[in-house]
Amino acid sequence: MTDYETHRYDVIVIGAGGAGLRAAIEAKSRGLTTALVCKSLFGKAHTVMAEGGVAAAMGNVYPEDNWKVHFRDTMRGGKYLNNWRMAQLHAQEAPDRVYELEAWGALFDRTPDGRITQRDFGGHRYARLAHVGDRTGLELIRTLQQKAVSMDIDVFMECKILRLLQDASGAVSGAVGYWRPTGEFVVFEAKAVVLATGSIGRSYTYTSNSWESTGDGHAMAIWAGADVIEMECVQFHPTGMVWPLSVRGLLVTEGVRGDGGALKNSEGHRFMFDYIPEMFRAETAETEEEADAWYEDHAHNRRTPDLLPRDEVARAINAEVKAGRGSPHGGVYLDIASRRSPEFIRRRLPSMYHQFLELAGVDITAEPMEVGPTCHYMMGGVRVNPETQAATVAGLFAAGEVAGGMHGANRLGGNSLSDLLVFGRRAGMGAADFAESRTGDTQLDAGQIDAVVADATAPFERAGGENAYEVQQDLQRTMQSLVGIIRTGPELEEALDKLGELRERTAKISVEGSRAYNPGWNLATDLPSMLTVSTAIAQGALARKESRGAHTRDDYPNPDPELGKVNFVQRQTGERGYAAPIQIGPEPLPEMPEELHELLEEGH
Amino acid sequence: MTDSIPASTPQSTGTTPSASDDAGMPAAPPEATRDDLATTALLEDGATGHAFEPSDVEEEEEPTVTLRVWRGDASGGDLVDYTLPANEGEVVLDVVHRIQATLAPDLACRWNCKAGKCGSCSSEINGLPSLMCMTRVDELPEGPITVTPMRTFPIIRDLVTDVTFNFEVAKRVPAFAPPPRPDDGYRMQQIDVERGQEFRKCIECFLCQDVCHVIRDHDENKAHYAGPRFFIRFAELEMHPLDTNDRRELVRQRMGLGLCNITKCCTEVCPEHIKITDNAIIPLKERAVDASYDPIAWLGRKILRRHKRSPEEASAASPH
Repeated sequence: MTDYETHRYDVIVIGAGGAGLRAAIEAKSRGLTTALVCKSLFGKAHTVMAEGGVAAAMGNVYPEDNWKVHFRDTMRGGKYLNNWRMAQLHAQEAPDRVYELEAWGALFDRTPDGRITQRDFGGHRYARLAHVGDRTGLELIRTLQQKAVSMDIDVFMECKILRLLQDASGAVSGAVGYWRPTGEFVVFEAKAVVLATGSIGRSYTYTSNSWESTGDGHAMAIWAGADVIEMECVQFHPTGMVWPLSVRGLLVTEGVRGDGGALKNSEGHRFMFDYIPEMFRAETAETEEEADAWYEDHAHNRRTPDLLPRDEVARAINAEVKAGRGSPHGGVYLDIASRRSPEFIRRRLPSMYHQFLELAGVDITAEPMEVGPTCHYMMGGVRVNPETQAATVAGLFAAGEVAGGMHGANRLGGNSLSDLLVFGRRAGMGAADFAESRTGDTQLDAGQIDAVVADATAPFERAGGENAYEVQQDLQRTMQSLVGIIRTGPELEEALDKLGELRERTAKISVEGSRAYNPGWNLATDLPSMLTVSTAIAQGALARKESRGAHTRDDYPNPDPELGKVNFVQRQTGERGYAAPIQIGPEPLPEMPEELHELLEEGH
Repeated sequence: MTDSIPASTPQSTGTTPSASDDAGMPAAPPEATRDDLATTALLEDGATGHAFEPSDVEEEEEPTVTLRVWRGDASGGDLVDYTLPANEGEVVLDVVHRIQATLAPDLACRWNCKAGKCGSCSSEINGLPSLMCMTRVDELPEGPITVTPMRTFPIIRDLVTDVTFNFEVAKRVPAFAPPPRPDDGYRMQQIDVERGQEFRKCIECFLCQDVCHVIRDHDENKAHYAGPRFFIRFAELEMHPLDTNDRRELVRQRMGLGLCNITKCCTEVCPEHIKITDNAIIPLKERAVDASYDPIAWLGRKILRRHKRSPEEASAASPH
């Protein structure tokens, strides 16, 4: 028997970034007892790092913008692999979610007539991103955090959830975890559980993600028997910092290009004009003159190729560096210094200015930045009902990055903050509905809890075993080198073999010290999640024998129209857990209604 | 106030904001035990007889970095030296991570974004409250770098402190209270939102709370003092173009605004460069005083029948 404390709630939300906060606010506003559980301090979630803005077709800058154009842009950006209904709901509801934040105290940048202003971003036809300089994520999280505090939502911070608990019918009925400061175990009993655990970036060496992004929610859903989809679709943001090494991967906002910055190679050539794909040719400028004029006048000019969707730009940078036209530290140049005034740059991009000045000693108002692709965003995730965000296991819901479908094969910039708000709210409603209608007592199985605790504490029983940090580094190297931006069949098979070895090594990890705030032990408890999501990414990438969106196969360089009609669905049908296999197979995408098809074809 | 920690390392130059200000700008680590160890110089780790070998004179000596990290828990602790090869362009947090990966896997420290955006890795570096992720090793004075936990908050373990105080104060701030939304939406001018935007840059690293001598040196003040982080929150709400609440008496009577004697230590350590004292605290003091004592304001209220809200009335919107 294990000692642990138990808490009972109608709804628990795991993760306190934008999606988790918005879900908890919704559940609480329905009068349900609601708890937010997060791995870090409250208000530190990865959402704070979002820079550019919230995409919402409010039409404040371009009145011709509307949800239909936003829907079209999202589907095209996702190479049509999106769940059409999610993309539709997202485009329709995003403006209301932004205005709601304003009513809760958010101070967005304004138009001259006093409304919320909007900026240009890659793949969006019109200037559409509501923003606060280049720290929009911080504004979003602080606004939601302050709203949650004012509603008296219970917050369990620095509490790491290890595993979901299920009753005899398989329905999710709670979760078990531990307090990081003390290492003591804690059990939550709940009628509904919302996963809002964010991303998986920590499985890669170079990533814009924080340490928290270990894919806990993706993994816990798989271990609970839920479906995940599109795990092969990992977005590499084209512009991460490349130097100094210690900050390699740190994000450089797309807002730099949205505000006039241009990509150049070592010869000073604006190479993006050489990489315009057929799909975007009609709407993309062919000359530098037209591209530069577009910033001022969208109506009579076509958009700059610097703002093609992220997958296209990341591949182009990769190709330039490979061809020997890169910058000294293995990136390319991003130049806004020669194109905009220092005052403009400091006002529009204050945190980029400080980030480069303080960490790289580069003054971006005077010199170009060096940038290159960095692991940034997980399109794949838990398969959910678009209306309720319900997973395929009863009692489980997912919102934000841990949910799959919304973004298809590639996410547009700005669509993640709006995703968090739209589907965080919907997950909160879905979970509240489920909790209200759930009959009978939730039954927790002490055997399940004991097994989770035994697994988590096992590293203390071993001595002289594997070092968790070394296993993590080897995992990151494997994913970076073999399951990165450009993939091949043989390398993916090699990655799966190596992941098998890493699973065995993980089972031999030993940890010293006590359970109280012990980062070595914390990492040992994160590794099972990282291994499960890494395996699912590699399996998905091997199965999808085509190139589509962020998923690029060197051995299958073109899209395959037949594969464009399916999701690769993964689930554990038999044995569960990180050491057990995950089954994978194609399943058809939901059928899109004819009137939405027409929106895609329309030559907007 | 003792300055024992920096004394063992060369004092830094003009880039250190504390140089011009000694009002409660404490450099000492939290416990006496840390003081004792601080004076144990690094000499033990220095020359090892290598120098007598002629070949070494020719070879480039591998540069190293030494972190002197406070390790312990609520019951006490010590400064422990860790020496590693130095890497170009590193920040202090990188070195802490390498210590965890190679020498001390259980060394506790908070961090998340490693980009100065989340405010998790707050600590005191050579006695100065700083973010570990934004402090470059090559910009610190030569010699060992002392890293200690924030002194104002109770120790959990190593560099991690219990910052619950701040989350408790946050619950006592009455929420934003706008008027109903007009049909065509709220309108605000950029120039008006910019005042509040400065304060909303706050990443809640709590370095301003850590450095503020009102609570750093007087734990008993925590019961009735909100601290700089929350004064900027009150200022932001006070200056928000849409807010309808009046929190001036609340901040004066219950949040200890008067205890701040404007030494500007908070402004100096703010990694977001928020002018906490000049732009938030001083205007807030002026407004709070106007609300209480200004005879013209008093007369204005009488004539216009504008009601000054008591702390209780201002807090009615807050659940706590």
